[in-house]
Amino acid sequence: MGYNCVVCVKQVPDTKRITGQAMRDDGTVNRAALPAIFNPEDLNALEEALHVRDQHGGTVTVIAMGLPAACDVLRDSLFRGADQAILITDRRAAASDTLATSYILSCAIRKLKPDLVFCGRQAIDGDTAQVGPQLAEKLGYTLVTYLEELTLDGQAACVRRNIGNGFEKVRSRLPALFTVMETANHPRPPALRKALKCKKARAPVEIAKAVEGALGSASAEAKAQETARRIAEMEAKGLLIAQWNLDDIEADLGWCGGAGSPTKVHRIQSIVLAGGDYKEFPPSDRGVAELIGELIQDHTIG
Amino acid sequence: MIEMNRKGEVWVFAEQEAGHLSDVPLELLSKGRELADQLGVPLAAVLLGHKVRPLCATLAKHGADVVYLAEDSVLAQYQTTSYTRVVCDLITAYKPQICLFGATAMGRDLAPTVASAMKCGLTADCTDLQIGEHTDVQTKEHISNLLLQIRPAFGGNIIATIVNPHRWPQMATVREGVMRMSVAEAGRTGKTIAFPVSLAGVDLPTEVLDSQRRPKKVNLKGARIIVTGGAGVGNRDNFRLIWDLANILGGAVGGSRAAVDLGYVDHDHQVGQTGTTVRPALYICCGVSGAVQHRAGMQESAKILAINIDKDAPIFGIAHFGIVGDMNEVIPRMIKTIRSGAGLSDAVKSASKA
Repeated sequence: MGYNCVVCVKQVPDTKRITGQAMRDDGTVNRAALPAIFNPEDLNALEEALHVRDQHGGTVTVIAMGLPAACDVLRDSLFRGADQAILITDRRAAASDTLATSYILSCAIRKLKPDLVFCGRQAIDGDTAQVGPQLAEKLGYTLVTYLEELTLDGQAACVRRNIGNGFEKVRSRLPALFTVMETANHPRPPALRKALKCKKARAPVEIAKAVEGALGSASAEAKAQETARRIAEMEAKGLLIAQWNLDDIEADLGWCGGAGSPTKVHRIQSIVLAGGDYKEFPPSDRGVAELIGELIQDHTIG
Repeated sequence: MIEMNRKGEVWVFAEQEAGHLSDVPLELLSKGRELADQLGVPLAAVLLGHKVRPLCATLAKHGADVVYLAEDSVLAQYQTTSYTRVVCDLITAYKPQICLFGATAMGRDLAPTVASAMKCGLTADCTDLQIGEHTDVQTKEHISNLLLQIRPAFGGNIIATIVNPHRWPQMATVREGVMRMSVAEAGRTGKTIAFPVSLAGVDLPTEVLDSQRRPKKVNLKGARIIVTGGAGVGNRDNFRLIWDLANILGGAVGGSRAAVDLGYVDHDHQVGQTGTTVRPALYICCGVSGAVQHRAGMQESAKILAINIDKDAPIFGIAHFGIVGDMNEVIPRMIKTIRSGAGLSDAVKSASKA
């Protein structure tokens, strides 16, 4: 039997590669200078779902919530073998914390009624690891975190969980939501044939923007017509990335965005990377001796 | 969610496995004690498990005024569904104002599930907790005595302070090793309240088939000196130098995530956001570039010495002492200097004359 799988993916700033260029003179990080990437553990989640489809059949649908730019990770998912991509984008979803985000995702996933949901364990921009568990709770799916190995036998999943100081094997009823560790697998690279086919895949919001650029001076009506024509054309070719807003997924606005988020930011401080009392020693014998001498003098060693 | 309850207690989830408390709840009790005293409310521990009553006395010695004890054979092993149900029942019954969990494998599974079920806020991996006031930017509403939840975000490049003004309890997780461990007071006792567990007929959707845990081989948290190697060490043979330097200094060996991934050293040695958080008297990092995830786990060290061949490595930005050079040459020089302890003062003298 096949399993219908949904994978939640996120586009994140590459916080791991903060180099000189991304640092301002005052020592704070220039977030705009960071490249946007596929959240690493979401790639492992996608690979796990693709593997299930390879073994048992079924479908893999990828969902990203965010700005239209998140279409990049959706296209990347199509290149790697996902069957369908869905963008959830809505201004009213802005400022959602993990609780509101998991609520919005649950509304979308409820429409798809998958057997299995896969999330990366955590995203590198927030590192909270909260959306997966909260999404499972909202969907009423069995939660299995820290997945490293998955086997399926009809109505149940057998999962090896990496719990840091060891592992645990659990048997879980379906439908279930798994949060996937980076140690679970090696994500397959994009396939050339799929990339050539799907590189033109677009979401309606991207198509409308392209039309705006091409027919800037035309009437609004002409632009709307052209956008509709192109969307129909893409759909016919199977290259349309589905796009849902909060109305499409019948979300209660009271639980979305800022209104649906119990946590509020009180203050943000940038970390300033400027050592106050930095002292450098040359790598010579004398430099090393001076350094050791200093450490002994202030009783740090010795 | 529960309504704001100014008389509500401060709660600490007392994580235990097979009847053994981990360090985190004892660390949380020391911070919880501070918060509870500031708010003028009792501090309580929440203990779930099977035959774990003896742990109540330990929790009281470490600062808990009250221990809520939920015992049942179903709770012998942690499972999301059963633990969530009992913790939510407890919160609904006693309306605490603050609930703290360790940011452990268990805590990071349980706390978000509880927060989702209670529809309240949760802040992950806090590095500090304070009581303070908050004014809403839009409504200008001013609220005092809120839990200020302080955490690094954005890969550790910013520090965010988060509040949960209205939808209580105010929930947070705290990483192991971040708060100082409370000291046990021999004569201190507390009240134990046995909470009836209503899990009869609950069909758990998961079943634990096998569970294997190994104790950590390395005690990084307790080390006064830590010598850490990163990807810049180059290979497993060179990593021997890290061990040599640590041995001569009587310190422990750490590894950056990159060094662990490259197989230079075992995962138990990993320092950083996904490893152990440390605060030794001296932290020596060799060939560690200083990625934010690493810095998050060691920047509280009293003294940081960085040895790196790249003068632009971010690690120098937080170091107190630095040597720009090849660690394969620098470390043997350091070992030689430390060994020849007698000649040391001469070396320093002649160096300072120059």
